Amino acid sequence: MTSIALQDKYRELTNAATVSGVANLQVREEEGVLYLDGEAPNGAIKDMLWSVYDKIDPNFLAGDLVMNVKVASTAPVTKAKVTTEKSNLNIRKGPGTDQPVVGKAAHHEVITVISQTSDQWWLVRTNDGEEGYAYAQYLTPEA
Amino acid sequence: MKKLLAIASMAVIVLTFSACKSKVKDADIKTAVETALKADPMSMGTMVTSVNDGVVTISGECKDEMCKTHCGDMVSKVKGVKSVVNNCMIAPIPNPVVNASDEILNKGLADALKDHPSVKSSVVDGKIVLTGEIAKAKWMALKQMLDKLTSKGYELSGLKIK
Repeated sequence: MTSIALQDKYRELTNAATVSGVANLQVREEEGVLYLDGEAPNGAIKDMLWSVYDKIDPNFLAGDLVMNVKVASTAPVTKAKVTTEKSNLNIRKGPGTDQPVVGKAAHHEVITVISQTSDQWWLVRTNDGEEGYAYAQYLTPEA
Repeated sequence: MKKLLAIASMAVIVLTFSACKSKVKDADIKTAVETALKADPMSMGTMVTSVNDGVVTISGECKDEMCKTHCGDMVSKVKGVKSVVNNCMIAPIPNPVVNASDEILNKGLADALKDHPSVKSSVVDGKIVLTGEIAKAKWMALKQMLDKLTSKGYELSGLKIK
């Protein structure tokens, strides 16, 4: 169930992932969708891969690639900066926007990461001692 | 003895000269090898890493041992190639993709789209359908989150990027 066409379309991307040292690289195709998974050595390489993707499929609108490249961390993440656009970040009782807000972390505040519960939600503690789940997109791990 | 030496040195000169004449430049070898690899469907995951005095090093991924041997053989037949260092790796047998259920996708979408009220979503047969409009930078950040959900791809013809 593979088509040369789809793999060839994203060849530059998969090659870039290979040569830039993406670990545990997996390129799989199922039902007309290409899945690219792996761990980039750093954030710059992840950004580079997304710009190669953007070049092949401008604005990522073809919908035939699912790219889940994480940034590999050598040590467990313990601190993260709140990288919202400008607003505070909601801290919730459970991992979901349907969960009540139990606290807020300020924009650019550095907070404690207790555990990276899922790809979407991390369990965190604010500097005021409030504990709960925050959406991972708005948290940037501190080195 | 002197005569013999003269003949011998002549022979060396002729050999050197002819060797120079027939020597193909490394850069040309690289181009020729890359062209050959590109034209061959089995060699698509193979790249040229370096060419040094006709010694070609190739790397990349081959699906099996036969494919790797085939790539090496093909490169060795290119004009000017003296030998081939075949660093191609055999691809591990991949784990199947585990797609998220519609329920998980819908929940993940609700979480991800909370801050993007201009985008509407639905899930059809495991595919994420998005409509509305969104700024480019926000869309990239959003797609990076949505790709973690492992859907069966996207239907985005109704999404406008500003």
